[in-house]
Amino acid sequence: MSFITYVISGISLGSVYAIIALGYSMVYGIAKMLNFAHGDVIMVGGFVVYSLTSSMGMPPIVAVVCSMIFCTILGVAIERIAYRPLRNAASSLAVLITAIGISYFLQNIALIIYGSSPKIFSSVITIPPLKLADGALTISGETVVTIAACIVIMVGLTLFINKTKAGQAMLAVSEDRGAASLMGINVNGTIALTFAIGSALAAVAGVLLCSAYPSLSPYTGAMPGIKAFVAAVFGGIGSIPGALIGGILLGLIEALSKAYISFQLSDAIVFAALIVVLLVRPTGILGRQIQEKV
Amino acid sequence: MEDAKKKKMTAYTKQTMITYGMVIAVYIICEICMHTGKMSNQMKGLLVPLCYYAIMAVSLNLTVGILGELSLGHAGFSCIGVFVGAVFSICMKDVITVSYLRFFFAILLGALAAGVIGFLIGIPVLRLRGDYLAIVTLAFCEIIKNVVNIIYLGKDSNGLHFSTKDMMSLGMEEGAIEIVKGPQGISGMPSDANFTIGVLLLLITLFVVLNLTHSRDGRAIMAIRDNLIAAESVGINITKYKLMAFSISAALAGAAGVLYAHNISIVKAATNNFGYNMSILILVFVVLGGIGNIRGSIIAAVILTLVPEMLRGLQQYRLLIYSVVLIGMMLLNWSPKAIEWKAGMIAKLKKGRNKKQTEKQAD
Amino acid sequence: MAMLEVTNLSISFGGLRAVDNFNISIEEGALYGLIGPNGAGKTTVFNLLTGVYKPNEGHIILDGKDITGKKTIEINKEGIARTFQNIRLFKELTVQENVMVGLHNEITYPTIAGILKLPSYRRAEKEMREKSIELLKVFDLDQEADILASNLPYGKQRKLEIARALATNPKLLLLDEPAAGMNPNETQELMDTIRFVRDQFKMTILLIEHDMKLVSGICSKLTVLNFGQVLCQGDTEEVLNNPEVVKAYLGE
Repeated sequence: MSFITYVISGISLGSVYAIIALGYSMVYGIAKMLNFAHGDVIMVGGFVVYSLTSSMGMPPIVAVVCSMIFCTILGVAIERIAYRPLRNAASSLAVLITAIGISYFLQNIALIIYGSSPKIFSSVITIPPLKLADGALTISGETVVTIAACIVIMVGLTLFINKTKAGQAMLAVSEDRGAASLMGINVNGTIALTFAIGSALAAVAGVLLCSAYPSLSPYTGAMPGIKAFVAAVFGGIGSIPGALIGGILLGLIEALSKAYISFQLSDAIVFAALIVVLLVRPTGILGRQIQEKV
Repeated sequence: MEDAKKKKMTAYTKQTMITYGMVIAVYIICEICMHTGKMSNQMKGLLVPLCYYAIMAVSLNLTVGILGELSLGHAGFSCIGVFVGAVFSICMKDVITVSYLRFFFAILLGALAAGVIGFLIGIPVLRLRGDYLAIVTLAFCEIIKNVVNIIYLGKDSNGLHFSTKDMMSLGMEEGAIEIVKGPQGISGMPSDANFTIGVLLLLITLFVVLNLTHSRDGRAIMAIRDNLIAAESVGINITKYKLMAFSISAALAGAAGVLYAHNISIVKAATNNFGYNMSILILVFVVLGGIGNIRGSIIAAVILTLVPEMLRGLQQYRLLIYSVVLIGMMLLNWSPKAIEWKAGMIAKLKKGRNKKQTEKQAD
Repeated sequence: MAMLEVTNLSISFGGLRAVDNFNISIEEGALYGLIGPNGAGKTTVFNLLTGVYKPNEGHIILDGKDITGKKTIEINKEGIARTFQNIRLFKELTVQENVMVGLHNEITYPTIAGILKLPSYRRAEKEMREKSIELLKVFDLDQEADILASNLPYGKQRKLEIARALATNPKLLLLDEPAAGMNPNETQELMDTIRFVRDQFKMTILLIEHDMKLVSGICSKLTVLNFGQVLCQGDTEEVLNNPEVVKAYLGE
């Protein structure tokens, strides 16, 4: 039974990674940039919910919605102020370093407001745990909500991209920005929309992450951010199913290696798995192979 | 024609001489300040770290600027240097008693170890391109940090003991030396590093990187950066030269790590000193100093290390200010609009000056 | 004995046979043209000859030696050098350095000699500089030796690519649309240069070109490629008057 417990906790963790990875992946696919600040938006999302529920006593669901709205505005503002001016810069490193600057900025703002000691985040999820097999297997409410949220988001986003005009515009911009703009697609608007969606997802991920691991500090988002980035690359960056597969696989590898191999080495094993995958498939599991034309 | 060639050679020599001269001049000024007691203790404590950051930035520039590959794992190589160098020094404390000699071998060994690991990592990794290479180097850096954190190493009369569990399982006799203590890090290194050695190591790094860049091999590396397919078509061995640049860069970072380790009493492999955070910090130096600009790397490393220290009085606001400055500088230096605006301003200023001059002449 | 002997060369991408049963025989010292409509597979032939792609079938014999399936750098060492349709210079290097990169395998010294600036480094670098200037003079580029390759005007960039290819001391030179984007004067000048290169360096040259004036002006023999297959092969005059060729170019 313990094996199944580990698998479920792996899938739950993996679902959070998948949601964060989606944000990474969409932004990478469309804006062609590594948004290093994405992990810190997760942290911001967590803190907004923390403030609204514990100090203002707002009902959790309202707080989560407020957090999503706040992060959406934040994400769009970051894109507008810091990333858009550098979109056509001579080196793609410029926007990468700016993203790192934004990451420092968000962390230090949180540090000034909340201090560096971790805050205890009381879970916003109140549904009772699921008992299976005569109580031998308990699945916490957080796990149920996390997995459900991941499925809803994946299905919703797939439909959005395939069925709506805005979604099709996203595909077009990710394929060829210049051509998309010639076809009359508002490239700036599409990229801003991508950041909006990615940041709203980050807020959701932040709440889920903090509910599962109830501690919150200015640095909470950094490592999950990096791991989600790894998950996105793992599955094939730019692909929605890729983010899902990458996230879940990563969560499973992490949970199982923590349980069976070594607690301290679990991160190393996760990263080693990424390296192995990239060596076999240089653009990730579902990534497209690109060959330069001679 | 011959004259023109000579002129060009001197122009190049001049540039490198300025770089060496700048380092030596700063060194002399610092030494004078130290001996006349004009330097604060805080500043004194920063001198060796400044050398460390400068070496890290110059060596990373070899990978990022000269080879043109993005590496987010540079700190991992210095981590290897730290541990190999420190273990060597602790073990050899009583064998080699001349500190300079012992440190020389420690640096050599640390550089060699990091270079070899860089080479081994490079073989599979350098086939990847761009951002994929970046994430894999980051992954390797994290793996190195993680692995170092589970190593326990001790020494008693029976020799070296090694474990990945804990100190107890080494089963050592009384009075043994505990060298590496897992997450508690490594301590007891002789404090062999000093500012003079740091500057010497920086000068050696500069010598290696600058001379390599201006040799046949350096041109091959830059050719790969500029156009891989064309480089291949003129018979350049892509794998060989990518590996060469990557492992030399790693070896120099390893040497820097040895310097770092012998300047403090305890080193722990944490995210902030050997994780991706540090790798990224070094990358910031390289980008702000100018990609491929070796002198710029040193200047950026020094300024960006000193500024947060100067702002210490502002306490928690200092890193916030740092981040705002960083974003502002990136936007100013790289945004096409800002570049255009700057060019326009310069043109205006020149025009104004010319006008004034013509007016003067008219007078 | 032919310098280049290609038999039954074929490659498929997916289901498409991009080059199908390609044969060619080029005599030493010849100036040979490869022509055909866009998408006929001309550049693919170059990519096969230089090892960028591995052929599914067929053999490539250079100067009596089978080089089929070898890697690009090995093929360059065996003696094939090329230029590219979309110019591929080392943009951040100077014009002279571009040619010096071409001399990479011609004049060598160990890495350590370069780092320590040993006498062997100085000697070899001097030789490299002299040799590269000599080559640049052929293309009238020696005055621009010290400027960045990306700052050269378009026509000169094409010439620099040829100079760089020649620096590798090849037996066979492949030129992919050397006159693309040039005005008639420049093209005329280029034709003279190509002839000069052939005579001076005793070079065998195979070139892809759309400019019929250039092709008929300097090539002694032609191969016409259409939909990956050889449509017609022979002396320039004959080929250009062949009704099949005219049809392929102009349609019905």
